[in-house]
Amino acid sequence: MTRYILRRLLQAIPLLFIISLVLFILMQNMGDPLATMGGRKVTRTEDRIRLARQLGLDKPILVQYVYWLVGNDWAKTDMDGDGVAETSGTRKGVLRGDWGISLVNRQPVTKVVGERLSNTLLLMVTAEAVIIIAALLIGIYSALNQYTAVDNVITAATFIFYSMPVFFFALLAMYIFAVNFKKWGLPYLPTVGMFEPAAGQTPAQVAWHMVLPVATLSFGFIAGYSRYIRSTMLEAMGQDYVRTAKAKGLPRREVVYIHALKNAALPIVTIIALDLPFLLGGAIVTERIFGWPGMGRLFLDHVSRSDTAVVMGILMMIAVAVIVFQILADVTYAWLDPRIRYK
Amino acid sequence: MTESTLSQPEKGIVSLTPDELETPPLSLGQLTWRRFRRHKMAIFGSVFLLLIVIYAFGGMLVFSEAYANRTETGARLQAPSREHPFGTDTIGRDILARTIYGGQISILIGLTAMLVELILGVSIGALAGYFGGKLDSLLMRFTEGVLVIPQIFLLLVMARYFAQSIPNVNFLGRTFSGSVLVIIFVIGITSWPYLARIVRAQFLSVKENDFILAARATGTSTRDIIFRHILPNSTAPIIVSATLSVAAAITLEAYISFLGLGVRPPTATWGNMLEGAYNYVESAWWLWFFPGLLIALIVLSINFLGDGLRDALDPHSRAI
Repeated sequence: MTRYILRRLLQAIPLLFIISLVLFILMQNMGDPLATMGGRKVTRTEDRIRLARQLGLDKPILVQYVYWLVGNDWAKTDMDGDGVAETSGTRKGVLRGDWGISLVNRQPVTKVVGERLSNTLLLMVTAEAVIIIAALLIGIYSALNQYTAVDNVITAATFIFYSMPVFFFALLAMYIFAVNFKKWGLPYLPTVGMFEPAAGQTPAQVAWHMVLPVATLSFGFIAGYSRYIRSTMLEAMGQDYVRTAKAKGLPRREVVYIHALKNAALPIVTIIALDLPFLLGGAIVTERIFGWPGMGRLFLDHVSRSDTAVVMGILMMIAVAVIVFQILADVTYAWLDPRIRYK
Repeated sequence: MTESTLSQPEKGIVSLTPDELETPPLSLGQLTWRRFRRHKMAIFGSVFLLLIVIYAFGGMLVFSEAYANRTETGARLQAPSREHPFGTDTIGRDILARTIYGGQISILIGLTAMLVELILGVSIGALAGYFGGKLDSLLMRFTEGVLVIPQIFLLLVMARYFAQSIPNVNFLGRTFSGSVLVIIFVIGITSWPYLARIVRAQFLSVKENDFILAARATGTSTRDIIFRHILPNSTAPIIVSATLSVAAAITLEAYISFLGLGVRPPTATWGNMLEGAYNYVESAWWLWFFPGLLIALIVLSINFLGDGLRDALDPHSRAI
């Protein structure tokens, strides 16, 4: 097992290098980072040349990539434009933990991303918990009551929610639970930000502001997973060992939750881990709509301003997370299901 | 006849009238159609899809494109009325007419992005699955690499990469914003990995069959084996996947347009009609409701259709 994990991690390394190189090259043609730097236009040509030189943007793209990767403290750069490379660089490079400095606000990338990371994680972990609980409840219920009226309604509803784009759900939910509830004098849900500025960032405020974003992020997954659990549950309930459990007179609860569910819920572990990229994709739209100060919004803001360092930081972090979760999915599955062995 | 009674013992022995015995066996297409017809949701989905297509293309006869793009700042953000059944947008354009022309572009993007995806996914999957070995592991690593970055992030980066001043395109006497082509292209080149994996898996299993061995033994060229023997036997999952990816492409276009990096005006799409609409959740619901509803409906109908096709095309499904 350890050898398997090690091999997977080693395989991931060249993959990450290639991804980072391709993304880095893509980032270079995304518009002029100097044009939006610091929110003001740098108009004079000599200023632009000087800035580009100081930021290292005049270097060939591969050199820029190498500097990003391993830093430039071993190389001398020409800072004053006299053609003589005299100043040694200060960057340490990603491989030594230096993710560079944001072009937009001159802050280290780790700080910029770190500030937003916890907000996104809060949203995603809560959503994941809601997804798992709701999908299990709905899936088990409709499997045990197959083809009843409620099951048919659930089937139709899951199909509709599964096909509904995230933004349409978000806008509808905002319109109903925020706009119209307010109009009708009911307690209405907030739609923007993490807390009321007047009330401060209290847990209650944040939880209240999370209701709509979490619902938006999770509805599609709940629909998909509950269908999945329904079918694996139905399959498990038809197995011989379930019949045996019933035949020896075990209480129904025990049969359903211990014997059937344990086996039916196994594949869900893998699916949840492998669906991380989709959850992240949902988060970017959700954060934009609800003004949630997370990584998705950070990404959008910095992509539009061609801030290579921050965008690369976010993307590489996501890539590592996705790869780690893929390995985690395999490992957990093998751990949960003793029939599976990796070499 | 005996075979069918044997394989379906739960149905008991079927008594056949002489008339039924004489009917010729059904072709594959007829069988598929029979199974598809049974799938109520799939029929519902196809009918709905047809209605949406008629709406988007038939609507051309009622409204001109110039009308759809005509701004009338005096009539901004008007609620639905007799004159403007779906209301008007922030610069006074008629939303009904725009959903018609936007629908055409959205459907066009969905179909062509699917074609791009199909070409890439099938060729990469076929090469990897048929030749195996080094080529296979190289292509599959590449596929993994694309899958590691969530598609929407990749789309946003690429849309910005390719969006640098692409001129407008004239096609069939109409002018389209060049960004339509960019969007089609980037959706296509970021969507293929799943399809490639499906095709690869199909090729891996089909190529082990005896008829492939026979074809090889009779000296059939590699190209013919791939295109005339393996590919036709792998169409079912490809068709299902392609159908579903039309819906996915329409949604993706809507996402990136919604996030402000999609198709540029004046060309309308259902997605870019939603751009900035969340600022009007309270004041102008018609701004986002109609295009959003149309996207949801077309995605729902295509998903139903795909689901029905999946069941109907499955040769193992014995339901007739």
